[in-house]
This record gives sequence, C-alpha cells and structure tokens, in this order.
Amino acid sequence: MSIYMINVATQIIIQAIAACGLNIIVGHAGQISLGHAAFVGIGAYSNAMLTTVGGLTFWQAMPISLLIVGLVGLLCGLPSLRVREDFLAITTIGINFIVVAIFQYTPALGGALGIGGIPNVELFGFVLKARPFFWLCFSCLVLVLAISLFFTKSWLGLSCFAIREEETAASSMGVSPVRAKLSAFVLGTLMAGLAGILYAHYMKFISADSFSFPFSVTLLSITVVGGLGTFWGPVVGAVVLGILPEVFRPLVDYRMFLYAALLLMMIRFLPGGLLGGSDLLSVKNLRKRKASATKGGDKS
Amino acid sequence: MLLEVRDLSVSYGDIEAVHGINFNVEKGELISIIGANGAGKSTTLRAIMGVQEVRSGRITFEGMDITHMPAHKRARLGIRIVPERARCFPQLTVFENLQMGVYGEQAALKKELDGIYELFPVLRERSGQYANTLSGGEQQQLAIARALVSSPKLLLVDEVSMGLMPKLAAQVFEVLRALNKDKGLTILLVEQNALSSLKISDRGYVLETGNIEIEGLSSDLINDSRVREAYLGS
Repeated sequence: MSIYMINVATQIIIQAIAACGLNIIVGHAGQISLGHAAFVGIGAYSNAMLTTVGGLTFWQAMPISLLIVGLVGLLCGLPSLRVREDFLAITTIGINFIVVAIFQYTPALGGALGIGGIPNVELFGFVLKARPFFWLCFSCLVLVLAISLFFTKSWLGLSCFAIREEETAASSMGVSPVRAKLSAFVLGTLMAGLAGILYAHYMKFISADSFSFPFSVTLLSITVVGGLGTFWGPVVGAVVLGILPEVFRPLVDYRMFLYAALLLMMIRFLPGGLLGGSDLLSVKNLRKRKASATKGGDKS
Repeated sequence: MLLEVRDLSVSYGDIEAVHGINFNVEKGELISIIGANGAGKSTTLRAIMGVQEVRSGRITFEGMDITHMPAHKRARLGIRIVPERARCFPQLTVFENLQMGVYGEQAALKKELDGIYELFPVLRERSGQYANTLSGGEQQQLAIARALVSSPKLLLVDEVSMGLMPKLAAQVFEVLRALNKDKGLTILLVEQNALSSLKISDRGYVLETGNIEIEGLSSDLINDSRVREAYLGS
C-alpha cells in the first residue's frame, strides 16, 4: 500500500470508530444525535492538552481523556435524553455548537489557533507513524467492534432495542428507560472520544473547526448509509463515504452537497441503509427469505 | 388486599378521564372492568402500571404506596400488563420478546418457557421470527406470554379481545380463566366485550365516563338489567 492509501485508510478507520459509537446511540438505542462530533472533539482536545501541556505520553493520557469524555457524555446525556426525537436532535446540535465555541474561545485551549505539536504515539520505544499507526487504529476498530457485538448480545443491548421499539412497553417490563438510554449514550460517546484521541495524534494539529456540526452530519451520514443498527454498517458507511471524495477529488467543494443528496437517496430508496432492512444486501433478509421459502410461505 | 385504588383521578392535559374512582383486587381474584369506548378503562390500567401519571388519589400494592413509583419499578414488584394492541417489539424475535419479559433474569425464563410454549404452541414454532411477521392474534398471544414469563403477582389485561377473531378471543379468555383458577394468578381485565369477561371473572366494575356506576359479583352483573341493556344488547 502506498502512503497515500494508508492515509486514506487511517482516516476511514477513525471515522468508522466514531460512527460505531453513533450507531449504538442512534441505531441500537434509537436516540437521534446530531452532536457526535463534539465528543470526538473532546477526546481529541483532552489528549492533545494532556500530551502537549501536561507532558504525558499517549498511553498515559488516553484513559484520562476517555474518562473526561465519558463524564461529559453523562452530563450532556442526563438532560438531553429526557426529550425525544426532533427535540433531542436540536438539543444535540446545541451541544455541538457549545463545545465548539468553548474550544474556539478558550485561550488555554489554543483558541482559534488550535493546538499544534501533538507528539507521535510511541510503543516500546518505537514511533508509530504511517503504517504502524494505521495498525494501531485498526486494532482500536477491532476492539470497538468487539464491544459493539458484546453490547448487542447483552441485557443492556436488548433493553436498548426494546426502548427503541416500544419505550412504554419496555418500561412496563422493568427496564429503566433513562438508565438504558444513558448507558448507550455514554458508551457511544466513549467510542467517539477514542476516535478523537487517534485523530489528534494522526493530524498532530487540531482546531475547533474539525469538530463542528458538519462533521456530526458526516458521521450520521456514514451510519445511515451503512445501515443503522447493523454490525458492519458503520464500517461500510465509512469506507463508502471515505472513498467517494477521493474518487471525486474535483468535486471536493460539493462534498456536503453530495452527502445530503446521498442521505436523501438512501432515505427514499434504501431506508435501512446498505446493510439493513429490506434490501438485497441484507444477510438477515436473505436468511428470512430462505426460511419462508422452505416453509412454503405459510402463515396462519 | 393485593391492589387498592382510592379516589383515583387521571387527566390528559385539562381533560379529566377518570374522576376519583375506588376499587380493589384481592389475591387470587379475576376482576373485570367493563365499559364503552372512552370510559377510562385503559387509562385506569395505565395508571396502575405507572405509564400514565396520576392527578390525585392513591394506588397501593401489597400495602405499599406506589402512586408515584416509575413503571419499571412497579414491574419489578410483580405487576405486568398485556397492553392494548399487544405492543410487541416488532424488530425483536419472538424469543427476544420473551427474554424482555424476564428482563435480567435468564434463569426465570428457562423455568417458565416450556409452560409458556405449551400454552401457546405457535410461539415455539415462531420463536426465531421477528415479531412484526406474526399475525395479530399471534402478537396478542406473544404479549400475554411476555407478561406471564415473569410470573407476575398481578396481571393487567387491556382489551385483549380487540382485533381477534371470535374463536381466538374465546381461546384467550379460556387461557386467562385457566391461569386464574388453576394457577391462582390475580388478573385485572379491562374489556369492551362485557359478556365474555364477566363470564370468566369473579367480580366486575362498570365504568362510565370516568366513574364507577355499578359494581358487584360478575354473576349478578350479567343479570343486572342496566348492564344487560347498555352492554349486552338485550
């Protein structure tokens, strides 16, 4: 692989990690979030500050950054998960703008100039750049996917699905809606934080702009295009939306326009995303169709 | 006394749907609440389950005041509801729906599952299917099964006959009767189908526009001229 391809692949993987988090919040727990980029930003800024100003290594800073992201996620989740649907979308957009404003107007956080000179990641004395850094991101993605899988198989996952489908019915079965939603929200923001941490050490320089609202829309597009609530959806979405702009380099100024068009097309023609619901790629669907074919499609 | 409802009033915004009703359910009883559309029957059940806020009054379960307890905590006390129009989780399989019924207690499910499948054989056949691929009657059975797997102390049943073909409705009433008589399950049944529900219940309450108008033994209510005229069509 050329360095160019490794760079593209690394970016795709970082976005996929963030999208996995969003998939848990939106896809599994059914809580729309349009402010996911804020938590990527908080992860990135925390690790950047801790390694540049605080003088910690990447590995020392990472757990602290994740703790910060988780706590902020908890604080933001508590009030915002009391509202639903459109109101939740607006609230999360608000969170995004507030967080970006804090990055932008706090001199200690570099203000409009951002934070530069973020150190390389080192492991056992080796500097992880380019290819080794790609493998670090790749391992993180595998870890995040494993956690996602574990989540969907757990009681917490099942209760989140139930909340997504019938909140009232779920609560009358002993599921605390606030706790289930909040757990999903915090788990999702932690994944966003991890993506942010990797992003900071990949770019070596971060500024508030990188984590503004359009990035949240990109992440949501990735999740929807891939298939909300599917296991591979975020990865597939990130690959598709990551490669498209590279292929259509000349159209880079129209990227947001392309995303919007793609999102609308998906909603119109493939509402379940590439991997979800009632489309040809869906493995689940294929299995179901086979099952009904062998049964002769009877239904009493 | 298992459940005691005192001066219960429930309102949606400014409109009061239930005006200070009183009733009680003893352990092991099967109680019917009958009444027309909009009489406040479902509202009453929702208030007992805790998914509808109470304006005033008091609900006591096993001597404990639960008036302002959130629904998920009441569920853990052993109150379960078979909601109107089943409300199964459409994108979960039949088995996962049953798992939700015993939320967090896998062992309880294993113990109850065979009995449930015996009661509703169709659910065993369809255990791997998504709930939204079930017919209306099957979904209703699933909703009952989902409430039963947790071995509730009090089962609230909301309009279970609605949308079922008469034969299936009769079967469901028979299942409820058997659960009550053979297993001693306490059931509070809310129904528009007055005759069927009075036939299987011990006592009944007639709810009219938010007030309890008549109460008594079900056998008396069936013969009561006012009930006959208003709900039984003769």
